[in-house]
Formats: sequence, structure tokens, C-alpha cells
Amino acid sequence: MSEARDTWRKPPFIANPVVRWAVYLGAIAYFLWVGATMPIDWGRVADGFGRAGRIFGGAFPPSFERSGLLIDGFLESLKIAILATTGGVLLSIPIAFMAARNVAPLPIYYLGRFVIIVARSFHPVIVAIIFVKAVGFGPFAGVLTLVVYSIGFVAKMLAERIEEIDFGQVEAMRAAGAPFFSTMFYAIFPQIMPRQIGLTIYQLDSNLRASAVVGIVGAGGIGATLANAFGRYDYDFALAITIVIVGAILISEGVSGMIRKRIG
Amino acid sequence: MLKITDLVKRYGSGDPVLKNLDLTIEGESVVSIIGSSGAGKSTLLRCINRLVEPSSGSIELNGTELTKLRGRNLRAARRKIGMVFQGFNLVDRLTVMENVQSGRLGYISTWAAIMRRYPKQDIRRAYELMERVGIAHYANTRADQLSGGERQRVGVVRALMQDPEILLADEPTASLDPKTSEQIMGLLRDLAGELKLPVLINIHNVTEAKEYTDRIVGMRYGRIIFDDKPAQLDQEAMDRIYSGSPHADRSEDLRQAS
Repeated sequence: MSEARDTWRKPPFIANPVVRWAVYLGAIAYFLWVGATMPIDWGRVADGFGRAGRIFGGAFPPSFERSGLLIDGFLESLKIAILATTGGVLLSIPIAFMAARNVAPLPIYYLGRFVIIVARSFHPVIVAIIFVKAVGFGPFAGVLTLVVYSIGFVAKMLAERIEEIDFGQVEAMRAAGAPFFSTMFYAIFPQIMPRQIGLTIYQLDSNLRASAVVGIVGAGGIGATLANAFGRYDYDFALAITIVIVGAILISEGVSGMIRKRIG
Repeated sequence: MLKITDLVKRYGSGDPVLKNLDLTIEGESVVSIIGSSGAGKSTLLRCINRLVEPSSGSIELNGTELTKLRGRNLRAARRKIGMVFQGFNLVDRLTVMENVQSGRLGYISTWAAIMRRYPKQDIRRAYELMERVGIAHYANTRADQLSGGERQRVGVVRALMQDPEILLADEPTASLDPKTSEQIMGLLRDLAGELKLPVLINIHNVTEAKEYTDRIVGMRYGRIIFDDKPAQLDQEAMDRIYSGSPHADRSEDLRQAS
């Protein structure tokens, strides 16, 4: 009987030593090359500190003088978020069913997946720029943008939940001769409902945040107010807006967390 | 009367799971199907209500050929075939009453189903059947609050709500403890008598099959090799049904084929 070995090493991630060292050295060389060739102007960085100092200096103390404008902008953002969540979630449900492999026939499945991929592939800011071009400045463009954004997330997550359902319940309805929509409402909806509600609340929260961002490119809401304030060098007003946005997001996150815990 | 003739079911291009199977169930008899796992018991039952698509052959229920039906006609035929499942397959998040009424989904409009506006006679029938099996007091309870035996009673009532002409039970007691299991078997036998309903039960427990059913069908690898009164099921028949392995059996088929 041979002596038991007392040394052990975790097998390397890349087994071939030549390939392994080539990959490591290549990665290091690339980083060095990027660092050497990126046009980083240290003079501008130094100037930037001074400019940032002026911005923050001008921002204190935050000015709530034009709070009417602030409240209007915030309420508009809230409206955008609520409308977009409602529309986006309502559209997400049929798309999610189309994109769930276990309930949709193959061509419909591909169509559903395609819609989701398209909705997910662009950042909301890019979608917002397109919609602002298409329907003009203002909250309508914001709503359309966030509808697309909501579909990308809610439909995808919901489709995954539908694919995880206990199919026995569907089978039981089928065995009773139930038509398609009755089967859906009795065997599938009850199973996905908790996830559906959770996703909706999360998406409302997320849309409120995103509505501030898309406003900057002209899609209405408090983001537009913020962009205007920066444009006019009203840094103290801009800080007030930022404080309100952060506060609103904190509150909405707390509320949505509480609701999701209760329905979980 | 259920009449199965020359039924073949083949998954993909492999060996058939059901091999030219013939079976007739008459009147209100309670028939059990026994056989080891992989014998094709479940497939046979699921071919009858077309949860599984038969490859060839004929299945006739009271004069209706089931294998060719599609769409609306298939749903109409399925209404007449009740099914009880091993895992109950109840909708956990709905109440017992909603689960029971889901047996009527083939009869009522989707809108009425969504709005829970069940016809009066359906509600009365549901209470009668729930009373009969002892779950009426659970009508407003969510299905996932019930014990296994109670859940299977809901499953049985749901199947009976279909006003079926035959009841299929796919290992209805396999997820239950021995005592509950006997209660459910007794219930199926008694209901078959009361409702003049033929019942076809897949079962692993041979003792229960002997005690609660009128006729035992023994399957082995896609064929029926025993079909008689429970008293005739002796040790020799049991050995024939349960001996051997699927592998050995398949290679035997291959030898015959070559």
C-alpha cells in the first residue's frame, strides 16, 4: 500500500500552463497599455477640483425658495412613474405569457422573447432620447420610455416565474376540459400572483428613480427641473431638488420593502 | 363502457411504452391496474383523457372515439372523464370551493369562472359532495391549509363535479399515510357504487387493490399480462407481474425482433 499524500493544491482555473500564463500576462499588458494611452490630463483633473468646489460652494445652503416649481416637478415625476408602471405591467402580463416556454407554442415564444430582448437592450436614457424626438419634450415621452423599461424587466421576471409553476395544476384543469383562458385564470394566475404584485411594487419604485434620470434628456418630471437648474447655474436649487429625489426614493424603497415583506 | 383497442404509445423513436394494448371496462366496476414502475400504468391512464397523445389504436368511451378529437370536442369529451392525481394537483392559493368548482370549468364561461359566479345547482352539488366526503366545513379554507387526506378528498370532489362517465385515479393514495390511504380507497369504492361510475385506479399497494377493487389488471412493460378477479391474483401471477427489470424485458424484445 502506497503512502497517502499530505499535500493538495486546488486545480488551476486554466489547466494548460502556457495558456494560463499567456492569459495573465496578456491581461496585465492590456491594462498597462490602456493606462498609458488613455488621454488623462492631470491638469484638468486639478482644475476640476476647483470647479467642483465652486459648485458645492454655490449649492450651500440648499434653496427651497422656488418650492412651487420643485413640487410641480416632483408630482409630475410621480404621475409619470404611476402611469408608466400601470401601462408597463398591464402590457407585461400577456408578453410574459408569450415568452414562457411551458405555456406558449414555439413561434409565439420567440416573438415574446424578442419583444423582451428589444425592450431590455437599450438604456432608458437612450429610449427617452428617441421618444423625445418622436413625440416632443414633456412627460408623455417619459411615460412611453418607462413603459418600455417596465416591460423589459417585469415581463422577463414574470415569464421566468411562469416557467417555474407547478404544471400539475394546469394538467388538472385540462383534464377537466377547461378552455385556455379559464385554465390560465385558475391554474396559472394564483401561482404567479405574489410575484406579480412584488414586481409591480418594485417597478413603481424603480420607475420613480428612472423618471428623474429620463427627465434630464427632456422627458419631463423632476429630472427636467434639475437639468434646468443646472443650466442656469442655480446650484442651491439643484441641491434642494437632489435632496427631494433622494428623500422620495428612500421613502418609496421603505414602503415597497414593507409591502413586499407582507405579501411574501 | 370504455373500450381500448390495440393502443400503442411510443415516446420519440424508442421502444413503445404501451404495446398493442386491449382493455375493456364495463358498467360500474372498480378496476385497479398494478405493475412495477415503468410498466406504463400512468401512460395508459393519461392516454384515455389525452393528457398523453396515443401513437395509434383506439379508445372509445360510451361510443365516442377519443383518439381523434381536437379542440372543443376534446374538451367536451374530457369533461366526461374525471381524474384524481397522485399529487392532488389542487390550486393551493384558492379556496376549497374554488378548487371544487374548477371541475366545472369545462361547462361554464371563462367570464363566469373569473368572476366566481357559479351556477346555483353547481354550488348545491358541490356542498352535497363535500358533505358526503366530509370537507364541507372547509369550503372557505385555502387548499394548502388542508392535510393530505383532506386534499385528496377535494381532488375527488373536483373530479366528481365534472359529472363524469368514468373516473381515472393515478396512484391516488401514493402520497398518503396507510390509514388515510385506506379511507380514500374506501371512498372511491363507495362513490363508484353510489354514482354508478366505473373507476380505473393505478395503484402500487397490492393489498389495497385486492381489498377495494372488483378486478385487477396486471401490467408489465406495456402489456397486460393479468386480468382477473382479485382472488385469482396468486403468488405465481404476482411474480410474473413484478419480476424482471425493464432492461431485461427490453433486451428480450430486441432478441425477438432480430
